[in-house]
Amino acid sequence: MAKKIKLSDITSMFAGMDVQALEGVTIEGDIEIDLSGLGGGFDPMLAAALGQESAILAQHFARLAGMFGYPVGIGAPAAAPAISPALAAPKLKDIIPAKFDVANIAEWTTQIQEVPIGNTSADGGSRGKQVMLGGEKALPFYFDAPMPNRNQVTIDVFDMRIGLAKAVKENYDEVMDSPGEWAKKNVDKFNADMITIHLISTDPLVKDTSAKDAAKTVEEVLQAVDVPIAIGGSGNPQKDPEVLSKAAEVSEGERCLLASASLNLDYAKIAEAALKYDHDVLSWTQLDMNAQKELNRKLMKQCNVPRDRIIMDPTTAALGYGLDYAYTNMERIRLAALMGDEELTFPMSSGTTNAWGARESWMVSSPLGQDSDWGPREYRGPIWEIVTGLSLAIAGNDLFMMMHPTSVAVLKHITQTLFGMVEAEPVDIANWIGAEV
Amino acid sequence: MKINSPLEAYKYLPQTNCGECGEPTCMAFASKLIDRSGKTSDCPPLVKEKKYAKKLAELDRLLAPEIREVVIGVGERAAKIGGDDVLYRHKLTFFNKTKMFFDVADTMEEAALIERVKKIADFKKFYVGRNLLLDGVAIRAASNDPAKFAAAVKKVAEIGLPMVFCSFNPAVLKAGLEVAKDKNPLLYAANNDNWKEVGELALEYKVPVVVSVFNDLDALKSLAKTFAEAGIKDIVLDPGTYPSGKGLKDTFTNFLKIRRAGIMGDTEIAYPIMALPFTAWMAGIADPVSASYWENVMASVFTIRYGDIMILHSMEPYATLPEVHLAETIYTDPRTPVSVDGGMYKVGSPDKDSPVFFTTNFALTYYTVESDISANGIVCWLLAVDTDGIGVEAAVAGGQLTSAKVKDAFEKAGFDLKTDTNHNTLIIPGLSARLQGDLEDTLGAKVKVGPMDSGRIPGWMEKNWPPK
Repeated sequence: MAKKIKLSDITSMFAGMDVQALEGVTIEGDIEIDLSGLGGGFDPMLAAALGQESAILAQHFARLAGMFGYPVGIGAPAAAPAISPALAAPKLKDIIPAKFDVANIAEWTTQIQEVPIGNTSADGGSRGKQVMLGGEKALPFYFDAPMPNRNQVTIDVFDMRIGLAKAVKENYDEVMDSPGEWAKKNVDKFNADMITIHLISTDPLVKDTSAKDAAKTVEEVLQAVDVPIAIGGSGNPQKDPEVLSKAAEVSEGERCLLASASLNLDYAKIAEAALKYDHDVLSWTQLDMNAQKELNRKLMKQCNVPRDRIIMDPTTAALGYGLDYAYTNMERIRLAALMGDEELTFPMSSGTTNAWGARESWMVSSPLGQDSDWGPREYRGPIWEIVTGLSLAIAGNDLFMMMHPTSVAVLKHITQTLFGMVEAEPVDIANWIGAEV
Repeated sequence: MKINSPLEAYKYLPQTNCGECGEPTCMAFASKLIDRSGKTSDCPPLVKEKKYAKKLAELDRLLAPEIREVVIGVGERAAKIGGDDVLYRHKLTFFNKTKMFFDVADTMEEAALIERVKKIADFKKFYVGRNLLLDGVAIRAASNDPAKFAAAVKKVAEIGLPMVFCSFNPAVLKAGLEVAKDKNPLLYAANNDNWKEVGELALEYKVPVVVSVFNDLDALKSLAKTFAEAGIKDIVLDPGTYPSGKGLKDTFTNFLKIRRAGIMGDTEIAYPIMALPFTAWMAGIADPVSASYWENVMASVFTIRYGDIMILHSMEPYATLPEVHLAETIYTDPRTPVSVDGGMYKVGSPDKDSPVFFTTNFALTYYTVESDISANGIVCWLLAVDTDGIGVEAAVAGGQLTSAKVKDAFEKAGFDLKTDTNHNTLIIPGLSARLQGDLEDTLGAKVKVGPMDSGRIPGWMEKNWPPK
């Protein structure tokens, strides 16, 4: 049994020393995590073998999940000293009874399209399960109508070694040369609902890998895991249609999500591949609701993509770096859809990984002298990804493309709590004022 | 707000186009009233002349926000909460950012208490030209002892932040009020047991008060209505914040219902709402980092969905930084433009030897770069290239940022690298590195690739400037 270390121990170890980041710290021994006590239905994952600093984080979050479900004793204050009952003014004589009532939103008349990703053997594919997105009749987690499908998380895999924030990289360092192993780790250790394989090496300015070779990587990933997969290009508008078409061909019948069709590339070619080889299309626009409508319209009318094969990515900007635009864009899209705009009634996907572009998520300390201390970045990064994703979950986003295992675990826990599938013993909050913290 | 067109507001104005408010016409002023960028008090005749008194009163009634605005504390750091008119920020904008109050207990050692309060008061996070701050102190009467509580209040009050007094014991609250008479604290809270006494305190000391009934909106509304009828105007609602499972989902639903009813015209429950992410610390999460993360997640949910004030515990930077940023995100006025004007900007007083940078005209990008440069005392030229308000990385990918666009921006700004500098060099954002060769050809200048993040410009300059 490995020795258990608490974060507070580590903090006190380094207290007083001018340590800005822990470089190359290795935690030896097995990390044991007790997942008993979790309610059924919720699968919080919580990465056992994370490695290095993340192992500690994983322990914290295992506890987080593990602790839920237990009743808690609170240090309640001693009984209140009796006070002489004041003579109530005549105005405050009796409670005036009132009934609370609020109507559902009548304008929410239209259901979001349900879009499945992944084919099982029943549909001619080889996936172990299908992921279902969409189907909402109200804003997420609202009481107006139950939400039929929970949020889903797909974890990124890249087809080559790339630069990642330190806190992210240490989770993947040993699998970064093998997309198959990487995908497996995401599913087995980090509880990914799906995998996204990004074929970034195909960019002519990177490695210019051929479409044919990139397609082999897709096959490797499909064989390594049996969850549904999303296939991403390099972002090169000239080459992506060819790369995605070839990838679609080798994964025929698996109902993958092709990412992405956009207005600045040959979206028709991608749509054609999706139809021919039985896949879904990610319709990507940049923070512009009207462009989103235009692209969806083109996919449906020009390219004959059926409604149950379209998912939208209206673009994710990180907390502090344009999340207000991303949030409101998604909320407006979802509200317009619920009110009947048929060009927008599709599930949405977020590149939540973009949160790692925010300097607060990865920089050792603030570049600005007047800022209060930013504290250890190991804890800032994951939460930046969580808050970015959670905000968009509330705005209406269905599928999250993420990277940090802790972020995945916590985002799943909170969205599944709001969804209503997390059972926990009721907590008595009556004495919060006297709680010992 | 009961009216939504300038014409309806215009009816109540003097209609003299006197211009004293700074607008050319009364109709223009009416537009400002409707979009809430102007107040009736900005119109001197309306306020001063007796004949308009009736119209002013009626107009103020019509323009009052649906959700009551409540002020906590005094002075420049007074916290204003509530005041909203819409359920979604894009419909207008949300007003009065969610206020973050951090707890102290009256059982704390004096030195620790003062240190913590100072930390709350001194917190600063720079963000596009201003500082994001924490808002106040919630003093928990953990001792349930009036004398101890009063002593803690006295110490906290000296720092000058707005305060929430937390106790269900009226004797404790009264003791606090006696030593902070002019500080306008928020009383937490009146509930079904103590409401008469706490209501009296609110009336006697003229302070705002929280009504608290956990997970029972009928009872919560009854209490709010009872207080309102008794002449208490500044009410805040606490429907209870449960930290986990179905309890948390119920809390979320309660917040949605209360705010929807308020915006839709149920004035009896149209008050600001208090969230208590603090209860994350009661959910049995033994580990402080995990508890802090969970508190943060709860704070995020209720910053987005209608929490107007919250009480929190964790002061760790990884908790406070996302909290202040998310409140800013949700409450930023969506009507303000996304972009700055394209053109050449001076940081300090640059001359022919000063470096030349460019960035995009996306407001967030521009202000981030500008503040990174100026905060580090770097004097330079900064060209904002018009990319339709899109950031560097996305604009390179989307074709809004090309070498031709950069050349065009220099020409429009009337700036020639060959004659206006001695070095004929341009420093480009690291995220646009792929444009380097193309730019050298297009501009006929030396092009150096700067860092990926403008926060690293100072370090980059040390190694790379002046050019050899």
